[in-house]
Amino acid sequence: MKRIILTIAALALGAGLAHAGSHSVIRMGTEGAYPPWNFLNDAGEVDGFERELGDELCQRAELTCEWVTNDWDSIIPNLVSGNYDTIIAGMSITAERDQVIDFTQNYSQPDPSAYLAMSEDVDVEGAVLAAQTNTIQAAFIAEKGWTLVEFATPEETIAAVRNGEADAVLADQSYLTPIEAEDADLVFLARTELIGGGVGMGIRESDTELKEKFNMAIQSMKDDGSLNALIEKWEIGEPF
Amino acid sequence: MACYLTTGKHFGFYWSFVTVLVLLAVTAPTALLFGFGGASAARSQFLPIRWFGTIYISIVRGVPDIAFFLFFVIALDQGFEFLRHQYLCPDWTDRIWQGNDFVVCSAAKLPLGNAPQWVHEVYGFFLAVLTFAIVFGAFAANVLHGAMQAVPRGQIETAEAYGMTRRQAFWHVLVPQMWIYALPGLSNLWMLLIKATPLLFLLGVEDIVYWARELGGTKQARFSDYPHGDWRLWYFLALLVFYLAFTRLSEVVLSRITRRLSHGQATIGATA
Repeated sequence: MKRIILTIAALALGAGLAHAGSHSVIRMGTEGAYPPWNFLNDAGEVDGFERELGDELCQRAELTCEWVTNDWDSIIPNLVSGNYDTIIAGMSITAERDQVIDFTQNYSQPDPSAYLAMSEDVDVEGAVLAAQTNTIQAAFIAEKGWTLVEFATPEETIAAVRNGEADAVLADQSYLTPIEAEDADLVFLARTELIGGGVGMGIRESDTELKEKFNMAIQSMKDDGSLNALIEKWEIGEPF
Repeated sequence: MACYLTTGKHFGFYWSFVTVLVLLAVTAPTALLFGFGGASAARSQFLPIRWFGTIYISIVRGVPDIAFFLFFVIALDQGFEFLRHQYLCPDWTDRIWQGNDFVVCSAAKLPLGNAPQWVHEVYGFFLAVLTFAIVFGAFAANVLHGAMQAVPRGQIETAEAYGMTRRQAFWHVLVPQMWIYALPGLSNLWMLLIKATPLLFLLGVEDIVYWARELGGTKQARFSDYPHGDWRLWYFLALLVFYLAFTRLSEVVLSRITRRLSHGQATIGATA
């Protein structure tokens, strides 16, 4: 029965729109370890800024969405091979990633990256710096030729600073702020870095229709100010 | 404390123990089957089958586990979808590989895009079992192949002298006697398999190590009702106890099996 309905739907939409018909459920891929962007709450469900944002976007684009968590390391390969349909995981839009996948328009302003350390007088150029693998921060440190230690999860980069393995961690300020606020030992360095061009949703390059739907939904949230309200609620950085 | 240990997240953690145990229970026999097939193929009379067996054993044993789990599984998944695509959507004109993207028609997706999340999880679990079985099957094949060689040649000759066919001699004489030679190697593999389960997360299955890391990680009061510092040490300590207890239990069981198998056999196990 289901197949018949799907077939009729596909026929009704015409061959050109068959792609759209295929997206009966949009699977939203996220990391689930990067508060306040996305994390698992006490009930074990995906929560955070991107959860609320994503649910609202899906509602506006009239899509049914389902949340999936995936390791950060393999988040892009699993998107392009079709295990889920979007990446919504605080992923900054970069030229390098844009060669492999497409991005929607940004839904957050470029967030300055900050250094979190045990003492204020760490000289970043001579220090051992921690960053998460495959992030703009890791690429930035590597490009500068400073000493970099990479970790698979954001949590481990902070732990590395706490136990002295690294002198400072470089990450999005919005991620570090709640950590700094609740830990008396950790302080921000005065220096920040402006890298990255804002965060967008990652979508397969062949999936232009889905990209347009989300682009329009993001635009409508920008226009009516609901995106800014979410950014303020979760303290994601500057509003639009 | 009781409240903390019964959050939805913790139930995810407890459930993952079940996942790991079920995985072991299903994978071990499957891998043994793969191993038995590989070993029999490697000593086949028929040259192509022998080649197939030998190539399977040597290639899979040579590829690092992590590479296998990162790339092979995606390839396997795409392979299934490719076959289904060819069968279900013969009229499809678009290219399947568009640049980096792998695009098959929606009817060919595995599981179907609109299937509930649990179906995706079961499918992921199935892929995990298959991958573990292929990897550990190759090692088991090598062990079993060695064990088959270790059964004294005289036994087979005697069987043939009694008029048994090759097949009868294989099933009634060789196979029952080879287990005792295979057991030390197989028990090693079993231990390795227990310890390899954390690779599950690479396949998207949430295993005990994933949950221990997630639960033990620092929680801020803004994002959780139960804020705490870095507790990963305690969670990993619990895992250590679990793994040690489980391997100890395995040792006890395996040594019992060894004793039983060595009854009436002129092997080292029986004299020890």
